[in-house]
Amino acid sequence: MATEKKTIFSPELAARFDKLVTLYPMRRSALVPMLLYAQDEVGYISKEVVAEVAERLGLRENDVESVLSYYSMLRTKPAGKYNVQVCTNISCMLRDGYGILEHCKKRLGIDHKEVTADGLFSLEEVECIGACCWAPAIQVNYDFYDELTPEKMDQILDDYKAGRGKETV
Amino acid sequence: MPRLVSHPDEVKITSRRFGLGATDIEKYIALDGYKAVQAAIAKGPEWIIAEMKASGLRGRGGAGFPTGLKWSFVPKQSEKPKYVLVNGDESEPGTCKDHLIFLYDPHAVIEGTMIAGIAIGAKLGFIYLRGEYRYLLKIMEKAVADAYAKGFLGKNIFGSGIDFDVVTQTGAGAYEVGEESALMESLEGKRGVPRIKPPFPAVVGLYGGPTVINNAETIASVPHIMLMGGEAYAKLGTERNGGTRLFGISGHVERPGVYELPMGYNLKKAIYDVAGGIRGGKKLKAVVPGGSSTPVMTADEIDVGLDFDQMGKAGTMLGSGGIVVLDETVCIVEFALRTIQFYQHESCGWCIPCREGTDWLKKSIGRLHAGGAVDKDIDNIRYLAENMLGRTFCPLGDAAAMPTIGFVQKFRKEFEDHLNGKGCPYKHAREEEAALV
Ligand SMILES: Cc1cc2nc3c(=O)[nH]c(=O)nc-3n(C[C@H](O)[C@H](O)[C@H](O)COP(=O)(O)O)c2cc1C
Ligand code: FES
Repeated sequence: MATEKKTIFSPELAARFDKLVTLYPMRRSALVPMLLYAQDEVGYISKEVVAEVAERLGLRENDVESVLSYYSMLRTKPAGKYNVQVCTNISCMLRDGYGILEHCKKRLGIDHKEVTADGLFSLEEVECIGACCWAPAIQVNYDFYDELTPEKMDQILDDYKAGRGKETV
Repeated sequence: MPRLVSHPDEVKITSRRFGLGATDIEKYIALDGYKAVQAAIAKGPEWIIAEMKASGLRGRGGAGFPTGLKWSFVPKQSEKPKYVLVNGDESEPGTCKDHLIFLYDPHAVIEGTMIAGIAIGAKLGFIYLRGEYRYLLKIMEKAVADAYAKGFLGKNIFGSGIDFDVVTQTGAGAYEVGEESALMESLEGKRGVPRIKPPFPAVVGLYGGPTVINNAETIASVPHIMLMGGEAYAKLGTERNGGTRLFGISGHVERPGVYELPMGYNLKKAIYDVAGGIRGGKKLKAVVPGGSSTPVMTADEIDVGLDFDQMGKAGTMLGSGGIVVLDETVCIVEFALRTIQFYQHESCGWCIPCREGTDWLKKSIGRLHAGGAVDKDIDNIRYLAENMLGRTFCPLGDAAAMPTIGFVQKFRKEFEDHLNGKGCPYKHAREEEAALV
């Protein structure tokens, strides 16, 4: 039903949402995954995303915005095509996570939560990503890289720049 | 890709299928997969719960509550549907064990969820993974789809007349959502603000129905307990601490990794034998034994067995099993600061003692580390943390306060060394060293 209506999402994502809301005893349970999947497609949570997600779930836009502001992965501004997230929490800190962060800052010429001029990369210092035993670790979008050195880090950035990086969605 | 490690002292139960290709359902079946759930169906809920109680399995999420007992609290009759909720939010710094379970043995999580469901009379189970674990969610989703295709999930599972469904769910970045009541809020599509307890989830949980919430490792251990028997599992560990556990050893050790060791295994041996000792032959300074929220231990306190009771007696906690090892080069104040920064960032802001407490602790420790503090600030830090204990809406406040108190108590001298404009001695040492090169 909802797919026949006007949607800002791709037909695949719209169909996925149609199914998603039926999986739970309560439609609203689909809210957090919907926001994240919408962000994966649109790049960020725009006003339009909020409006359509609210409508699909029968919620007020206010409710959606309140949930949106709680979760750290959800953003209301575009990030780079490749969002580089460097963990500096304790296990990574002990294995030079800050060195990796500094290296990325220099290499990309941007700071925490900034985007490169060409829009290709953004950088974020993040909390523990569950890869502590393989520290220091980062994620580029959803892909993990671990046991990093500045050299390995350069290779990863080069690969993404050349369009050869992993891309889990 | 996370590196798998191995050590002769390991007893591989829950990690038995790691690296053997068990994400493939056929391979999982060949490795005794989906046998436990059939046994559980044949023998029934009372048998399952009796075996779980006999196993001495205690929750692997951090608090160590006996799993069989938790399941037995769920009322037999309930007007509202009952649920199983698997906690794969895994966000406590130092903890990465569930990561490996989702990666290498996703069907064990499904099978454990089914067994929990049969035990309590639930027809629906949720497996919640933190949002960052997208590649693992994909692995879980495929495993669930394969289990449906085989007819293992859905209507009339294994010809039992029982229906059971599994739904996977993604979070979107929030440590607090790992707390069980906040987890339910998140799954209901809300901000992850904790609920007041009681009522406990076993009575009023998801959508108001009785709900069993267990950590992913707890759930993945269940099929093995069904197959080997509760008593045999219990015997692997120590008194009231049955079985084995996935310990993640990280930080300054030669061979960091996730090792499955019997409960009660000696912490010192875990660091020096299993993980190969301190990196580069340096001296050990401190150990954070069970994730960032557990109070620090000094180098001479670690000759102790890794179980909930022995660690409690030692003045700390077994927690999530994430052992973080610090060598002599670490500034404890800097480490304490990074720890409190995390809790300040993750405090949901709902209650004042936690929101304000973590913020002031971060400011005070930050100022001290920078050299801008005076003597009485050290006591103030401790006093502030002590006054958060037990006064916050959920245990996140405790999780922030406990390690802070520990750092001040055990390493007061290092705090003092920063006073009166001196700043961080370790930083100076590092700078001097760098200048020499
Ligand atoms: C702030 C906070 C964060 C938590 N994070 C997690 C987590 O990421 N994973 C987890 O399994 N348990 C976490 N817990 C513990 C859960 O509340 C709950 O006790 C656990 O999931 C129960 O499962 P278990 O008995 O199998 O350990 C957290 C608790 C608190 C207070
Ligand atoms: S501390 Fe960096 S991944 Fe856990």
